Amino acid sequence: MATTNRSFAQALWDFFCSLKLTISLLISLALTSVIGTILPQGKLPPEYVASISPVKLQIYSKLGFFDMYHSWWFILLLYVFSVNLICCSIKRLPHVFKFISEPNLVLGESQRTGFSQKQDLKITASLDKGREALAEFLGKEFSVPVVTEHDGEYHLFAQKNAWCRLGVYVVHLSILVIFVGAILGSLFGYKGFAAIVEGTGISSIQANNGAEIPLGFEVRCEKFNVTFYDSGAPKEFKSILTVLENGQPVKGLTNVRVVVNEPLSYKGFTFYQSSYGQATESSDHTFSVQARSGGFSDRLTLREGQATVLKDGTTFKLLETTADIRQFMPNFSGPAARIEVTPKGGVPQTYIVFKDFPDANAQRGDALQVVYEGSNAKMYTGLQVAKDPGVWVVWLGCTLMVCGLFIAFFMSHKRVWIVVSKGYARMYGNASKNQAAFQMQFEELSDKFKNLKI
Amino acid sequence: MTSSLLFNVTTLAYMASMVVFFAFLASKNKAIGLTGSLLAYAGFAIQTLAIALRWKESYDMGYGHAPLSNLYESVVFFSWTIILIYMFIELKYKYRIVGAFVVPFALLGMAWAQLGMHSGIEPLVPALQSNWLLYHVVTCFLGYAAFAVACGISIMYLVKARSEEAGGGAAGGLMGMFPPIRVLDDLNYRAIMIGFPLLTLGIITGAAWANYAWGTYWSWDPKETWSLIVWFVYAAFLHARFTRGWVGKRAAWLSIIGFAATIFCYLGVNLFLSGLHSYGSSKM
Repeated sequence: MATTNRSFAQALWDFFCSLKLTISLLISLALTSVIGTILPQGKLPPEYVASISPVKLQIYSKLGFFDMYHSWWFILLLYVFSVNLICCSIKRLPHVFKFISEPNLVLGESQRTGFSQKQDLKITASLDKGREALAEFLGKEFSVPVVTEHDGEYHLFAQKNAWCRLGVYVVHLSILVIFVGAILGSLFGYKGFAAIVEGTGISSIQANNGAEIPLGFEVRCEKFNVTFYDSGAPKEFKSILTVLENGQPVKGLTNVRVVVNEPLSYKGFTFYQSSYGQATESSDHTFSVQARSGGFSDRLTLREGQATVLKDGTTFKLLETTADIRQFMPNFSGPAARIEVTPKGGVPQTYIVFKDFPDANAQRGDALQVVYEGSNAKMYTGLQVAKDPGVWVVWLGCTLMVCGLFIAFFMSHKRVWIVVSKGYARMYGNASKNQAAFQMQFEELSDKFKNLKI
Repeated sequence: MTSSLLFNVTTLAYMASMVVFFAFLASKNKAIGLTGSLLAYAGFAIQTLAIALRWKESYDMGYGHAPLSNLYESVVFFSWTIILIYMFIELKYKYRIVGAFVVPFALLGMAWAQLGMHSGIEPLVPALQSNWLLYHVVTCFLGYAAFAVACGISIMYLVKARSEEAGGGAAGGLMGMFPPIRVLDDLNYRAIMIGFPLLTLGIITGAAWANYAWGTYWSWDPKETWSLIVWFVYAAFLHARFTRGWVGKRAAWLSIIGFAATIFCYLGVNLFLSGLHSYGSSKM
């Protein structure tokens, strides 16, 4: 029984240590990830639901394909991947540490034959003199050697960058650190949304799962503004925000400019400019009306759909307004209104009048000159809000990963041995990576070595 | 002189370079090989100038942004990075003939951009107005380019390995110009060793930017997911190579598959899938 348990544990351990598992997991993760890029994720659009058969829809949602990256089996793959990483590292690290801390100081006869990089030198001086001179040579040209006496020979061993053999384990660790950061974020962080009408403030946000999250402070939107390029493409969305504690503006966080790519952070919450809109549907719009003949002038305040009768009997009706006319008339921009003017006993005529182009209004050769003066409509700013206490752990992991990859790929553990016997010495060398570069370095070292006069 | 004129000259230079490289393959004349390299270098120099000029032109128009903001600009930059990585490999490892299999990728990019794409300079939508754009695009495309070079080398490997199998032993003739298959195998691995850390940096700078702009460093957007898929494929390549001795043909095929995934990540996602990276759309 005990042996069965032992062998089962052993088999499990071997399974999780296996590199076949690593490669299968990497390929499985790659292949399954594709599903979520093809099928829509999250809320399904009705057109999609209509286009797919009910059976398929049910199978896909049972398998979690519509929230793929949070499905139990995808998360399980990531956990198995982590366990695999940890087991592989636990299994191999002791060997690597031993390799670094207990280098092979003495080169046995059988080992000497395996080197492609070697160089001989005849020595006329005594063994001790030769040893000293060569130790000095290595120390100066490569790195300070450890000298060991063995069977009447001296073995000089010098190495560089032994620790770079740990680079790959730094990369493995970094993946786990990133996972820890992601888990911290999902446990203790929030993602939410806030819409703040100009001139008002909020003290809680709506989390993505629908919960109301209190901020512990207030954020007020002083002003929102949007600008466009000539082409009509948006140029900038800008909110002016103020943070308040107990009703008092916080120093340094008063009238802060927040645009896309320039968020505002306070007490772990970060506010990102994300959308905007008109806050009130039924707001008042003001017009100035002047008779061309100079007879009378008037100021009107109307809501959309309202009509009024002017002094001369003309009926003036406000049909609709827009905060920016560009989407309808690319040559103009800014607020505009569509109005219907019916002279007494005449036929109704509709015009578009602008706020920012009074000349265009005046050029119309009608009896009345109408200028749209704008509305008291307020904008609201839409802000993404995030709190992620794990994000620094993630960046730490990313930094570790980049450093680890650099060490693992571009640094090499270089070793040089010199075996000093009576009358001659022989130098051997090898490198863990980039043999071609080491070969050049070794040849340079060999040239100096063979010209030594000892 | 305008940048678009210079881009046309660049395209011609890469085309000439490719033709001369093919002549080099046929003639084995060293002077012809040198000419092929020099033409590619000249094209690269002109293209560098053109990219700088386009950058300046965008400032003259009042938009002022690095020329990396839409599909046209990214394809042009991609072909520039391919030649850059090729030059690095050629100067470091001295295998000129690799150009015959790498320059065509750069030419393909330039020809497609010049003939099939709208090349106007457009202002940046708010989401792209960030220095992260530069860091993210430069690291990603250098990574992609290294994978393109690895793919070209892998094709060379497969062609040469097949002809050696057919001919039984080391092939002469046209194949004699190719580096030995052992060298090609090694170069493939070296190019991926350059590309993998760069792709990693590209993903990280993208995540940092997303976090800065939206508060979410990872949102499983199709582009993000595909970049991770590419990362998994090359991670599998490296593990298979280091520990299970996947060299030669299998490594070459894996490198080609990796580059196909890279191209899908770059273009397929934009053309077939929707998401945050639909270049040129006005989405925030």
